[in-house]
Amino acid sequence: MTRKPLEGYRVLDLCVVWAGPFATMLLADLGADVIKAENPFVFQPMTRGAIARPPQLLLDSAIGWAGGLPGGVPGPHPWNYNPTFVSLYRNKKSFTVDLRRPEGMDVLRDLVAKCDVVYENNATGTMEKLGITYDWLKSVKPDIVFVRVPAYGSTGTYREARALGVHLEAVMGHTLLRGYDDADPSANTAIYSGDYLAGAQGAFAVMAALWHREKTGEGQLIEIGQAENAAPMFAQAIMDYTMNRREEQTIGNRDVFGRFPCGVYPSRSPGAVETMDDHWVTIHCTSDAEWEGLRRAMGNPVWSTDEKFATNDGRAEYYRKLDEHISLWTATLEDYDVMHRCQSEGVPAAPVLEASRMYDDAQLRDRAFFLRQRQVDAGEYEYAGPLWKLPETPVESYQPPVMFGEHNDYVYREVLGYSDEQIATLAAAGHIATEYDASVR
Amino acid sequence: MQPFDDVTVLDLTQHIVGPYATKLMADYGANVIKVERPGGDPARRLGPFQGDTEDPEKSGLFFFLNTNKRSVVLDLKTAAGRAALRKLAQAADLVVESLSPGTLDRLGCGWDFFREIKPALSLISITNFGLTGPYRDYKASELVMYGFAGEMYSMGLPEREPVKMAGTASLFESGSAAAVGAIGALFASKRFGIGQHVDIAISETQFGGVDRRHATAIAYQFSGRKSARVAGGGKGMPQGIYPCADGYVDFTNAALYPERVIEMLNAPEWAMDPKYMDPMNRINAEIIEEWNANFIVWCIERTKREIWAEARRAKLLCGPLFTMEDLYNDEHFRGRGFWETVTHPAMGEVEMPGRPFQMSAGGYVIRRPAPLLGQHSREVLTESGCSQAEIDAALAEAVR
Repeated sequence: MTRKPLEGYRVLDLCVVWAGPFATMLLADLGADVIKAENPFVFQPMTRGAIARPPQLLLDSAIGWAGGLPGGVPGPHPWNYNPTFVSLYRNKKSFTVDLRRPEGMDVLRDLVAKCDVVYENNATGTMEKLGITYDWLKSVKPDIVFVRVPAYGSTGTYREARALGVHLEAVMGHTLLRGYDDADPSANTAIYSGDYLAGAQGAFAVMAALWHREKTGEGQLIEIGQAENAAPMFAQAIMDYTMNRREEQTIGNRDVFGRFPCGVYPSRSPGAVETMDDHWVTIHCTSDAEWEGLRRAMGNPVWSTDEKFATNDGRAEYYRKLDEHISLWTATLEDYDVMHRCQSEGVPAAPVLEASRMYDDAQLRDRAFFLRQRQVDAGEYEYAGPLWKLPETPVESYQPPVMFGEHNDYVYREVLGYSDEQIATLAAAGHIATEYDASVR
Repeated sequence: MQPFDDVTVLDLTQHIVGPYATKLMADYGANVIKVERPGGDPARRLGPFQGDTEDPEKSGLFFFLNTNKRSVVLDLKTAAGRAALRKLAQAADLVVESLSPGTLDRLGCGWDFFREIKPALSLISITNFGLTGPYRDYKASELVMYGFAGEMYSMGLPEREPVKMAGTASLFESGSAAAVGAIGALFASKRFGIGQHVDIAISETQFGGVDRRHATAIAYQFSGRKSARVAGGGKGMPQGIYPCADGYVDFTNAALYPERVIEMLNAPEWAMDPKYMDPMNRINAEIIEEWNANFIVWCIERTKREIWAEARRAKLLCGPLFTMEDLYNDEHFRGRGFWETVTHPAMGEVEMPGRPFQMSAGGYVIRRPAPLLGQHSREVLTESGCSQAEIDAALAEAVR
């Protein structure tokens, strides 16, 4: 294996759901030794699935990324191959310990002493209840970097509010700013983009803290108030308010900078929306030159010579008419065909890909984007790959999405150096396991 | 003290993704030298503008994206411009660029140029579809990119076209992802003396990690299930966006915690019906609909802030749909010091979203506002060791 930018750093992962695990996966991709602590007696909802042992009916009624397990069935260890989980846990390790018992916290203390970073994004109060505070961590490892991701920060009126990405984006204005311009906001699909923003910035923050520690020997506490963190995504609307006191409204798929045409157009589809075979294509002209390019791509139809479309102001005024014309053209063509015709004339355009179609995309194939990973319980599949190509320190899959307790030996023996006797005692008390206890629902 | 206060970044990025990545570095201490082409970063021409007057020094977007950076204008088509760039690169720890693929090579200052200057220096190239492959030269915008690589297909109503996120949200996510890859390269450079040409495709940052896309992809591989376009994210008790007295609130399915829902509602008779406790009933569409008919009445009688307060008390997942006015005036965020007031030479005092995260040993500081075009040309080139003659030559060519 080649060198990795963060090799030699160890991260204790006490994360749940999405924003925390995404951060630690990016650190793991860059070579950090990321170890997830898991409890055989406590299931963390929305992390390894909704519940530990979901009945078939629950999987079938859940959305694909929550319920689409291999073969569509629960199988013996559903927590090891939940689609959301496996997407966030490559290159990490997993060991088990029950932190609600004193001997479990003794194990954690020994492990913290061998870590550089502790990362958590639990509901407010969860860590305190276990006794895991910055002061305690510092007393164990003085230069520890501790990252916390409270939804609304650790102070203020909302400090105890429970939230997923979708709620804090609502509070930061996103839900009213997005969606169709002629429909009620209840038509908006629940999304979690803020979890990815906070995840990436959490990884960035850890590296900033490690950089600081290399210079000063000093660790620190990092707080990512996730709502505040999400604000930049809506920078235009926020700045328009702070500068001009303008309340921006949703504009659907139109351009926030007012350049036309800009939209999602129907293309020739192999099937109906019910089977998710409806195809759409985006086209966005950001200048007069690109509009001229689009006209050429369409074969210079007579309607496009209309004076009212010659300037952006005109295209803005008559955009509905313009969209109608463009739709009539795109509807006769395959979405990729529209893309290539437009792009060959210098016009930004691309298909709207349903996720399954990624696997047939020529660009992703040419760039070897996918990672083929074999996990014992799940089998072998192609996963979405890393976010960057660092040729001298490449991101590889050196550990497929981690199974529950897969690295108990590594952690208890190699990292902590416990004796066979110590390990046997902990195992007998149920701390060391590769399955959730039968009492866990 | 700031974490990256010993790092110099040579910043050849423009528009949104690259500048947001280098803004994170600059706001956390890095000395970011922003090289602008004559005429400036195109983001200077993107709104919103202060007072709605188009002015390259009054773009709120540029103002937000370029805090703590210094601007030098160079024309890299000229020998004097490239000579100045060489001097700047000698003093840099990291170079980041976002021109279209091959542009720097054509100008004679691509990867070979930088590698020769300093073997441990990394060049980060941020492009739409990557530096290789059949779409290498294809163009994109936020809509085009998010439709292609993000999770747009499954957003909206099934009978309508897919609909994207607001503004340029996904580009900010890609900028954050790019910053992580760039700082990874900086670690490799500092720790192991490894210099490399890092290839970051905005599309791959989205395929690999913007809002569920990697999860919907593997769900298909696992089960053959595709991602349907569904409003609200499914049904539940409660689940989705509900109207209330003064707007809307968003709830996520409280399936595992029916007792918390009852606590939030203060145990009205209708909600106490035992049939609502049965887990199988709780995924039955008819029973969900019946329950929701009652719940909407409860919502309509209350404001979004009242509902959120009740939900917080009962520890339920909920968020009110705030307007910008709601957000701007909210005492929680004001009280936490989230808003940052920055004084700018052309715009005066302007408020903007502040620190994205807090570091106890010293992190985010606004040391200077976004630069005027070429504001620091002389200062920066002098620091880099250019002679007076070299500076005059470089700046004479870089006609503003």
